[in-house]
Amino acid sequence: MCNQAVSLVAAELERQGIPTVAIQLLREVAERVRPPRALFVPFRHGYPLGVPGDAKRQHAVIEAALRLFEDQTLEPPALVDFKPHGE
Amino acid sequence: MDRNKALVTSRERMGDTSEFSLSVRLFLKAYRWHRIEPIPWTPLRKPLADCRLALVSSAGFVGPGQAPFDESIRGGDCSFRGISSDADVTTLIETHRSESFDHTGLHQDPNLAFPIDRVRELVQSRRLGSLNHRHLSFMGSITAAGRLVRNTAPEAARWLAEDNIDLALLVPV
Repeated sequence: MCNQAVSLVAAELERQGIPTVAIQLLREVAERVRPPRALFVPFRHGYPLGVPGDAKRQHAVIEAALRLFEDQTLEPPALVDFKPHGE
Repeated sequence: MDRNKALVTSRERMGDTSEFSLSVRLFLKAYRWHRIEPIPWTPLRKPLADCRLALVSSAGFVGPGQAPFDESIRGGDCSFRGISSDADVTTLIETHRSESFDHTGLHQDPNLAFPIDRVRELVQSRRLGSLNHRHLSFMGSITAAGRLVRNTAPEAARWLAEDNIDLALLVPV
């Protein structure tokens, strides 16, 4: 439900002219709800940025999200997988 | 039960419906998801180093003195709170009542779903221009999404549009 909620808020932000990236923990929900620009992360529910206290890992996820903002080739719905090791 | 336990263990690092109880999985299977149609799209208009960012978390965090989210509201509490950008993340109170996920990580480190310390560091390193003076907190377990779509999501977007933010990062749990 959290995945849907942030996706619906993201859509309203985009409608009002604000670019968004929504992190998503369930691919099947992201594919059905279709947030405009989304980063799918392979983590458990409750752990959207990976590991508590691990700033490096949290930064890796946020950086992947920031790159989606910068990627001018993306089109909606953009659902991109987080690659943990940058491969 | 053993089979389910093994399944959860084998996928413990994945965001997969197999982490949920059977009743939750059945609910999710039958649930009619809200499909965004048409999909709105706003491109980023300037370099990130010149942009002001706001966070939107659905982890149910409230600041000291703010009302907790109300689990008793049928269909989910679709209200939201503003969290000041200078908030000490260790003072945030997690009031997400869902039993469908492990809350331990959020209690250890609220940055896991409200990464205010991380984005502050990105401003310091000049990857981002600045942070908005406030960020938004929802509690994401909203099954009746109509009121969110009609009322509180547009209101939340108006808040951030009035703040002239350039981008928003949204984090569910």
